[in-house]
Amino acid sequence: MRWSRTNESWALRTVHLKWPALFFLLIGMLALSAAPAERHLSVYSTAATYSVPIEQLDGRDYVGLFELLDPLGTVNVRSDPPRWRIHYNNVLAEFVVGRSRARIQGRDADLTGRFLLDSGRGVVPVDSLSSLLPRLLGGPATLHEASGRLFIGSIGTHFTATVSPGDPSRLVFHFTAPVNPTVATEPGKIHLTFRHEPVTAPASPRLTFNSKSISSAEYSEGDGAAEITVSSTIPLIANFSPDGQMITLSPARSQVAANSAQTSTPTPGHAPPEPAAAKAPTETHSFPPAAQPAASSVASIPRKYFAIVDASHGGQDRGEALSRTLTEKDITVAFARRLRQELESRGISTLVLRDSDASLSLDDRAYYANNAHPAVYIALHAASNGQGVRLYTSMLPYATGDDEGPFRQWNTAQSSAIPLSQATAVSVASELKKLQIPVRTLTAPLRPLNNVLTVAIAVEVAPPASDVSALTAPDYQQLIAGAVANGIVNIRSQLGAAP
Amino acid sequence: MIPRHFYIAASVMLAAVLGMSIYAWRMRGRVAATPASSSDSRPVVAPVSGPTEEVTLFVAYDDLGILRAQAARIPLPSVRQQRAEELLRALIALYLDKTSPHPIPVGSDIRSVYLIDPGLAVIDINAAFADGHRSGVLSEELTVASLLQTLSANIPGILKAKILVEGQPRETLAGHVDLSGFFDLTAVHQLTAELETQQ
Repeated sequence: MRWSRTNESWALRTVHLKWPALFFLLIGMLALSAAPAERHLSVYSTAATYSVPIEQLDGRDYVGLFELLDPLGTVNVRSDPPRWRIHYNNVLAEFVVGRSRARIQGRDADLTGRFLLDSGRGVVPVDSLSSLLPRLLGGPATLHEASGRLFIGSIGTHFTATVSPGDPSRLVFHFTAPVNPTVATEPGKIHLTFRHEPVTAPASPRLTFNSKSISSAEYSEGDGAAEITVSSTIPLIANFSPDGQMITLSPARSQVAANSAQTSTPTPGHAPPEPAAAKAPTETHSFPPAAQPAASSVASIPRKYFAIVDASHGGQDRGEALSRTLTEKDITVAFARRLRQELESRGISTLVLRDSDASLSLDDRAYYANNAHPAVYIALHAASNGQGVRLYTSMLPYATGDDEGPFRQWNTAQSSAIPLSQATAVSVASELKKLQIPVRTLTAPLRPLNNVLTVAIAVEVAPPASDVSALTAPDYQQLIAGAVANGIVNIRSQLGAAP
Repeated sequence: MIPRHFYIAASVMLAAVLGMSIYAWRMRGRVAATPASSSDSRPVVAPVSGPTEEVTLFVAYDDLGILRAQAARIPLPSVRQQRAEELLRALIALYLDKTSPHPIPVGSDIRSVYLIDPGLAVIDINAAFADGHRSGVLSEELTVASLLQTLSANIPGILKAKILVEGQPRETLAGHVDLSGFFDLTAVHQLTAELETQQ
C-alpha cells in the first residue's frame, strides 16, 4: 500500500525540480554507501539487552559512558569542562578531559586511554570497560573486545548440540534461556546469529557429530553478535520449540513435503517454498512456530519486523523536562529498549526506530514505519503529570481530500487501521489493569500516528506516584514493558492480518 | 585600656548594622512576593460592558486529567467573532488565576478568533501561551480540547478549527499535540466525552 501527500509543500511535483532532486539523491546514496558501517557494542545484563555505538577517536575505540549506564540504573551527569562527573546509582566517578586516570568513589582508576568529551558526551576507551565497570557497577563485567560484546553480571545463555539418536539427519540445540536468532542459509551451511541473546561459547568452539548429513557446528563471535554455523551435506531448515529454548535443524525437503501436505491450496502471491539451501544466501527471521502470526501468508509485502517501537523526541527535541536532570527523550529510549527485549523474548521481531540520541522528524518516523510494513507501530512518550499509563490512538484531522486508488492521504493514512489500533490499545490496557497499573485509553491529535498506515498506538508513561524519578526505575519500566508486550501478543493473530 | 566611649560607639554602630540588615531582608522578601504580572506593561484590552450571559466553559483539571463543563456568567458583545474571543478570554482568565486547576503561562492570551463561513474557526494564540505551555500529550490535549469544545458549545455552526501561534502555523503546541492540521469538531466532541470521564 502507498500513500501520497497532496499539500503544496510537496515540491517534487514540478518537472524541473525532479532532475536536481534525483542528482542529489544519487550523490547522497553514493556518500552513504562510501561511509563506514557503524559499529556497536552489544550489552547483556539482567536489566536490559541493548547496544551502544562505538566511535573511533584518538585512534582507538570509544564508547559513551552515559549511554552505556543509562539502561542499567539511575544516571546523572554533570559536565564542567575539563571535569566530567557521572553518578551511577550511589557511585560517583570523576573524569578529567585528556587524562587517563579517573576517580571512582574517591579512589584512582586507570583507563587504557585518555578520557574525551565528544559533543558534550563523556567517552572512554572500550578496552577500559573491563576494569572500569566492576568498580562502577559493584559487580562483574566481562568484555569480549574483539566481538564487541559486554556481559554485565553473571549472565550467559549456554547451549548443547546433539544429533537426534533416532534420526542422525536432525541436530537439536538446547539453550538455557529462550533465544530468537536470525537464520541465514547458504549452500552447505546454515547460520544462526544471536544479536540480542547473551549466548556464550561452548567448551570447544568446534563441535563435530557422528552424522553423514551434519558434520559440524562452529561457534564464533563478531560485530556484537554470536553465531553458530552448522555445516551439512543436505539443505536444513530450523524449527523452534514454543518456549524458544530448543532449535531443531532438520532436512528441508521433508519439511517442504510436510508443508505441502498440510496446505492443499496455494496462497495467492506466494511461490511454493524452495529448499533452504537451494537459494542464494538469504536472511529470514524465525519465530517459534506456535507463536507465528496466523495470517502472515495473507500479507503480500515482505515483513522484516512485526513491531516498530518509536522512542519519541531525541536530539535537540528533548520532550518534556520531567525534572531538572531528567528529560522525556532519555526515558523513551530506555523504555523502548526494554520493550524491544520484552517483545523479542515473546517471539516478536522488533525494530527500535530511535536507538540513540538521534533527531528524527515526525514525517521521517512515519516514512520509516510505512516502509518497513510492520504489523504494529508503538510510539513511546513519558510525562510527569498523572499516574500510570495513557494509551492513545489517532484522532484524525479534518479530511481535506480523498484517497486516490491505492494512494492514501498523508494526514489520514491511519483511517482504515483505527478500529484495530483501538482494539490493540484495549488489549494492552487490559494487561496493565491486571497489574493494577492505572490506565486510560484516549484518542489524541498526535503525530505521526495519523500518518502511519498500519496499526498504531502511543504509550505515555507517567510515574506510579508523584515521584518522577520512578520513571527511571528498571522495575517500573520492566513491569510496563512486560504488560505492553503481553497486550501485543494477545492480539497478535489479528495484527498479523493488518495491512 | 580601651576608652568607654569607644565601646558605646561600637555598640551603636553594630545595632545600626543589624537594624539595616533586618530592614533590607524584609524589603527583599516584599519584592519577591510582588506578582510578576504586575510588571507586565502590555496594553490591556478594554473590559467588555453590557449584560452578562450564561455560557458553558469546558475546564481542564490537571490533577484528575479530565475536562468538566462549568457554567459561568460573562459579559458578551453581540458580534459573533467578538463573542468567540471574549468566551475564550474568560477561559484563559480562569486558567491564569492563582487557584487554576490547569495553570498556563503568565501572559497567555487569545490574540484573535476568526470565524469564516462555512464552519471554520481560526484561533490565534500568543507566543507566551505556546512557548511556556507545559509539555506532555495529556496536558496539551486538555488545553486544546478545552478551547475548542468551549468555542463549539457556545458558538454554533463550527465544523472545523485551526490554531495559530502569533498568526503563524505551528507543528505542535508544546512538542506533542498536532497543530498543523484542521481539527474536526466531531472528533473533538468525541475526545471531550473521553476526557470527561476518568475511566
